Amino acid sequence: MKEQEDLKTLIIEGAVYKTTFTKKFENRTVYEAPDRNKIFAFMPGTIIDIFVKKGDKVEEGQSILILEAMKMHNNVTMPFNGQIVKIHVKRDDVIPKNHLMLEIKPI
Amino acid sequence: MSLKNNILDLRKRKREVQKGGGDKAIQKQASMGKLTARERILAILDEKSFHEYDLFVAHSAKDFGMEEMVLHGDGVIIGTGTIFGKPVCIFAQDFTVAGGSLGLMHARKITKIMDHALKMRVPLIGINDSGGARIQEGVNSLAGYGEIFFRNTLNSGVIPQISVILGPCAGGAVYSPALTDFVFVVENISKMFITGPSVIKSVLGEEISMEELGGAKVHAEITGNAHFYALTEQECFEQIKTLISFIPRNNKVKAMAFEPKPPRRGTKIEDIVPVNPRIPYDMRDIIKAITDGSEFFEIMEHFAPNIIIGFGRMDGNTVGFVANQPKVLAGVLDTDSSDKAARFIRYCDAFNIPIVTLEDLPGYLPGVDQEHAGVIRHGAKILYAYSEATVPKITVILRKAYGGGYIAMNSRHLRADFVFAWPTAEIAVMGPEGAANIVFRKEIAEAEDPETLRQQKIEEYKQKFANPFVAASQGYIDEIIEPKETRSMILHALKVSENKDISGPSKKHGIPPF
Repeated sequence: MKEQEDLKTLIIEGAVYKTTFTKKFENRTVYEAPDRNKIFAFMPGTIIDIFVKKGDKVEEGQSILILEAMKMHNNVTMPFNGQIVKIHVKRDDVIPKNHLMLEIKPI
Repeated sequence: MSLKNNILDLRKRKREVQKGGGDKAIQKQASMGKLTARERILAILDEKSFHEYDLFVAHSAKDFGMEEMVLHGDGVIIGTGTIFGKPVCIFAQDFTVAGGSLGLMHARKITKIMDHALKMRVPLIGINDSGGARIQEGVNSLAGYGEIFFRNTLNSGVIPQISVILGPCAGGAVYSPALTDFVFVVENISKMFITGPSVIKSVLGEEISMEELGGAKVHAEITGNAHFYALTEQECFEQIKTLISFIPRNNKVKAMAFEPKPPRRGTKIEDIVPVNPRIPYDMRDIIKAITDGSEFFEIMEHFAPNIIIGFGRMDGNTVGFVANQPKVLAGVLDTDSSDKAARFIRYCDAFNIPIVTLEDLPGYLPGVDQEHAGVIRHGAKILYAYSEATVPKITVILRKAYGGGYIAMNSRHLRADFVFAWPTAEIAVMGPEGAANIVFRKEIAEAEDPETLRQQKIEEYKQKFANPFVAASQGYIDEIIEPKETRSMILHALKVSENKDISGPSKKHGIPPF
């Protein structure tokens, strides 16, 4: 009965099923509600330049940094009027997709 | 020159060209653990059945020093032979000749054998082992790919097209296999991707090995590009032959008939399935309890294993099985399993193979990732495929048939020809737990002891709806059968539908949600 012990639980419409999982299911991306105070890399790439420092007050639309991806310089801008809380990257960093680049907060 | 000299000269020329890229290149091929193109063809076909065409075709490229180069057969071998005594057309790219790169004449040889296969209405087997486009031939090599893709599409649904990936198959080249019916891959040998690791690294900074990016296992398990996975080339060739034994040579004839035989004696079918619909079992055991000789040839075994597809025989004739697998993810439908089943249903329909559907599923897989991955449009494919199919369609409901899953799995409403249910079948809009929670929400919330009332209501609902009799009373189920009658009822249904003939409204073609 070893197999029985390895069974996992899957709940569908209130019913509890005993079953096994696929690798793909176990590795699925778990959804996280977007946090507007965090700026993530939308693509893997290189940080070419950073125009702000911690504590800076930045207006909506102002350039924060340049992320080079697919040979394009992407200008990352401030999404709202706010302040830079923390910077997690430095110039020339090569970062993967969804890497946390900056934390900001509205003012 | 005498005739004898002519013959000797011919033989010498043949020997020379048949060596492909020469001894050194052949050694290199062997050192990579790979057979040569010619060895592969000979291993797949019946002994001494291979006849090669276009052996002396030469390339016509004039740039970048190509005019000086001799490329034997232009890097591809084409011809015909037999498998189980029945003709097939075959081509194999020869990696020992310029890396099997595809130039104009190479492509012309492939399209020639493709046209031949279509004309003669025989299966086409393509062995891919190529570094890709021959850059020196520029746009001509692109033209070559395009003409192959076009023919893959034209041939689709008329003759079986089988792709065997025995080496690299990268860039645009991947689209020929992707357009064919069945793709075979071999561990450590097959590599398929649009952009390779080095480009991905230089552009995106992501580091990955070729094997992890597009190796055999990846395509068998993750992407769903491959239908059959083998550890060795020899195992792969056996799989190809088994497949050929199950499928018709073209869309106008039936697959080879074999001597009918009963399933192997052993486990009783009624002992396989637990009565509690929440407890899993291996649906393949049910299939094997039904088919001739308990044989089942599973397709895409490692991809979306929550649904099972494959061929078996009933009374000696090929039948396509589509079955939910309670053992994996409780047998739910999701994006991948819908996609997998839908394509198989369309294959069976195109090649006149009756479809037997074995149903036991809780419904669709919940989750943000599923919704965002497009479970709506992928799920729609299975509805489309079943509705559209005009081959005999038989459904057996073993236990759960809830909600949208019930409709999708070849229900009466999608024009199933026969729907049978076991006495353990539960055909309902959802499982008792979910239904009770919704129907009696208020009562349960207001009860002194909500949990007791909930259990009571679940039981009540179960008694009333979690059975096959409600659906049977509407004529949605033709017959409620005992498990042990499953094989004989399917055989009966197949017999009755031998001359099935229906047609839909006239149209150029439908627009399936792919």
